[in-house]
Amino acid sequence: MYFESLDTLWHMAGHGSYVWSCYALFVVLLSINVWHAKGQKTKALRQAKAVARRNS
Amino acid sequence: MTQSSWRMPRWFHQMGSPKWFYDFSGKMQPWFAVLALLLLSWGMAWGLAFAPADYQQGNSFRIMYVHVPAAILSQSIFIGMAVAGAIGIVWKMKVAFMVARSCISIGASFTLIALLTGAIWGKPTWGAYWVWDARLTSTLVLLFLYAGVMALNQAITERQIAGKATAILAIVGTINIPIIKYSVEWWNTLHQASSFSLTQKPSMPAEMYMPLLLTVLGSYCLFVLVVLIRTRTQIIETQSHASWLMQHKDVSGA
Amino acid sequence: MINFMLVIIRRDLLLVARRPAELINPLVFFVLVVALFPLGVSPEASVLSQAAAGVIWVSAMLATLLSLELLFKLDYDDGSLEQLLLAPYPAWSLVLAKVIAHWLVSGLPLILLSPLIANLLFLPTQAIPTLMLSLLLGTPTLSLFGAIGAALVTGVRGGGILLTLLILPLYVPVIIFGAAAVVAASQGMAVDGYMALLAAMLVFALMITPWAAGAALKL
Repeated sequence: MYFESLDTLWHMAGHGSYVWSCYALFVVLLSINVWHAKGQKTKALRQAKAVARRNS
Repeated sequence: MTQSSWRMPRWFHQMGSPKWFYDFSGKMQPWFAVLALLLLSWGMAWGLAFAPADYQQGNSFRIMYVHVPAAILSQSIFIGMAVAGAIGIVWKMKVAFMVARSCISIGASFTLIALLTGAIWGKPTWGAYWVWDARLTSTLVLLFLYAGVMALNQAITERQIAGKATAILAIVGTINIPIIKYSVEWWNTLHQASSFSLTQKPSMPAEMYMPLLLTVLGSYCLFVLVVLIRTRTQIIETQSHASWLMQHKDVSGA
Repeated sequence: MINFMLVIIRRDLLLVARRPAELINPLVFFVLVVALFPLGVSPEASVLSQAAAGVIWVSAMLATLLSLELLFKLDYDDGSLEQLLLAPYPAWSLVLAKVIAHWLVSGLPLILLSPLIANLLFLPTQAIPTLMLSLLLGTPTLSLFGAIGAALVTGVRGGGILLTLLILPLYVPVIIFGAAAVVAASQGMAVDGYMALLAAMLVFALMITPWAAGAALKL
């Protein structure tokens, strides 16, 4: 590891808040995208199943 | 030029079949999910904790490992959206329009990430969150372009028409992106804002470069994953009359 | 085909002549936006003359977009657009004819009005010819790109704001070079480079926009 301890990794010589917030933003926004896409698909599948049941 | 010289290989037309695409993307989806997770977490951990700090920018340089992939993807996704739309128009392929539509929200997300991480990086580097830097400004314009595509897509309720309209706008936007970039860069040199940019590194050692490669590749995998999921969703939504879908194990629940 | 285009242009001009408000409203809007600016910022000549180029260009863009909303809308509503698209001429010729007619009633008066506006904002007199020439090269580009947006939102409810959202980002290069030309002229510098770029953008717009707008109209 480049940093000596977890504490220096967190603080990054004063730049920690900027760096960590960027990584958090990246992870959160992309997770929302995947999560939302999956949710939409589950919803669509549920509706398709309802149609299939009605037709059978 | 004769008609036959335009003929595309068989797999190309297979891709246009919703059933084929649904099955194929179902097989590909887990692979992209695993790859995206693996590459992104590996690259980000490396970039956060193991890569050396930059001698000029210090640790805020680590922001590059998420900013650059977002910036690259924001542009490639817009171009990809236009290509998919053009394929849809030329070969009258419904699935291509669905792919183009699936690109919008993930592309806008990457653009927003590029813009916000760029602004956050600016604070320790330039001393201000926002500087009218050429790259930030053209990313902002790109975000506006995505907003336009998104608004148009939502305003038209008829799917077929919305797909074509979005495709036309995406193509026109893509043709304009180089002109916009060039003009913004020129405008920037005229007003002499910052000379210091997040993405311009003269020479980067491998230990600084490798994490970037990982996060860029991981971001591409994540983009493909989201597009696959969203396109499959649209196939389910539009094919609920088709017997292949009704008898598919995903729906009939075998 | 030339005849077809001339007929369309003549018809559109006649329609505007019967409803002069369509001609006047965007112009009033243009002057109004410019007049609001000194009220909001400062009436001082030093401030205004610096901002004049940008303010005039932004106002010109908004005025153009405002009037463009109706470019295809009226014909769409009364059904004549469908008839025109059925004519044995390519859709792009229809778009081009309509854009020319639109520019004659919106862009051209705006250019003629611009010296007056320039005076209101204390733009140096030496920059006025450049302002008019840059508008002459730039406003057709604005109309052409706007036509794509107008074609896309025809038939969409509340298309006006949507049109603005779609098209304004595409106007970025025009405002950069158009305003820079005026600024350069007011500082007594050469402007040929800007004019060449504006002309290049006009040629480029002429090549792609009639096709794109024509395709959008057929949706």
